[in-house]
Amino acid sequence: MTTTVVAEVLVEPQSNVTPVVMPETPVPVATDVTFRIRRYQPDFDEEPHWVDYTVALYPTDRVLTALEKIKGEQDGSLTFRRSCAHGVCGSDAMRINGRNRLACKTLVKDIDISKPITVEAIKGLPLEKDLVVDMEPFFAAYRQVLPFLMPEGHEPTKERIQSAEERARFDDTTKCILCAACTTSCPVFWTNEQYFGPAAIVAAHRFIFDSRDAGANARLEVLNDKEGVWRCRTTFNCTDACPRGIEITKAIAEVKQALIFRRI
Amino acid sequence: MSVETPGFSLRATPIGTLYRGGEGMWTWVLHRITGVSLFFFLFVHVLDTALVRVSPAAYDEIIATYKTPIVNLLEVGLVGAVLFHAFNGIRIILIDFWAKGPRYQRQMTWGIAAVWLLIMIPGFYFMTIHTIDALFGSTS
Ligand code: HEM
Ligand code: SF4
Ligand code: FES
Repeated sequence: MTTTVVAEVLVEPQSNVTPVVMPETPVPVATDVTFRIRRYQPDFDEEPHWVDYTVALYPTDRVLTALEKIKGEQDGSLTFRRSCAHGVCGSDAMRINGRNRLACKTLVKDIDISKPITVEAIKGLPLEKDLVVDMEPFFAAYRQVLPFLMPEGHEPTKERIQSAEERARFDDTTKCILCAACTTSCPVFWTNEQYFGPAAIVAAHRFIFDSRDAGANARLEVLNDKEGVWRCRTTFNCTDACPRGIEITKAIAEVKQALIFRRI
Repeated sequence: MSVETPGFSLRATPIGTLYRGGEGMWTWVLHRITGVSLFFFLFVHVLDTALVRVSPAAYDEIIATYKTPIVNLLEVGLVGAVLFHAFNGIRIILIDFWAKGPRYQRQMTWGIAAVWLLIMIPGFYFMTIHTIDALFGSTS
């Protein structure tokens, strides 16, 4: 897919500087890539169905680029969410070749393009249109774990001091962007939308293990529910799906242990 | 959760493609299948064993019907299922309680597969050699 061009460097003859040879620069070439997208337009379609689109892409392009090209050049009705386009806002989690990924962080060179690339909405949340699902049940679970600092005592005049070790305990779970890739990769959630899901537990973990926070017991009580952490069957789909690389199953195990041993 | 979601009506999305989960998802599927199978086996096993107290003759009759090649294969399957379920059960316990468990879950899965094969390959021979002899004549 790439051709190679060797840059020629002209060196002044009188120069006493050693000639610089530029490294070989691969020049990317656009290739036709076929996307098989699961379309659903509630105004016209009874059922979701697959539609193929072919777009020319560079290896360094992202799946999001492809969706934007399809929407811009082939079918303006294609509906998906995106905002930042840089893996920060959490808008564009979708199922790419069967796995939950952010379209804006999935490069063409990292997927097998010899077959059509399947793109479909994340699973287990109500489908609204094409790749857009209703995120409300997901955010409802998030709100229930009290995802905000609940400090104790008087507000200090300066900052709330915390050691590096104390901070390290919940560092991993601060990285969440609420994309729902984890929760909608979970087989337990697919069949039981009452389950709080990994993302809500990640949010709870971020505060339960924060030394500045005093609300751990309230959050642990919420997650001790029969639809709470005990539903987790350690399938690791969430950990594999998280675009932030959060060790979600580990975080859930830590919350389970905090409940079993009543110790944080 | 506070959201009103009656049963499956939520899932307007017909299933789509199969989710391509990793080792963790498939060991979970196998763990559940073997667990439920073991439950049904034990259920029948308790019944047939209890029969010996009711009527030893009927018990002998039932046990005699088990001496077929098909039941022999089922026995191999049972041993395989118990072994997988037990080993994977230990893996899950380590994931839950050993701090490094979640990070090594994949390696533990392949470890289980190796030990399982190490036991099942000779196990298959010793468990079925009698049936094979009976079917195809003694090799000795
Ligand atoms: C040999 C010793 C056994 C060990 C070490 C063991 C271990 C475990 C563990 C740790 C779990 C929890 C799985 C999870 O958290 O996802 C489990 C689940 C289960 N076990 Fe066992 N088990 C054993 C024997 C049995 C037997 C004899 C039966 C059948 C009566 C059985 C049936 C089940 C079932 C139905 C589940 C639920 C599976 C699920 O929720 O997906 N287990 N086992
Ligand atoms: S934990 Fe990871 S996968 Fe889950 S919502 Fe947060 S960023 Fe997305
Ligand atoms: S568009 Fe913001 S995370 Fe992908």
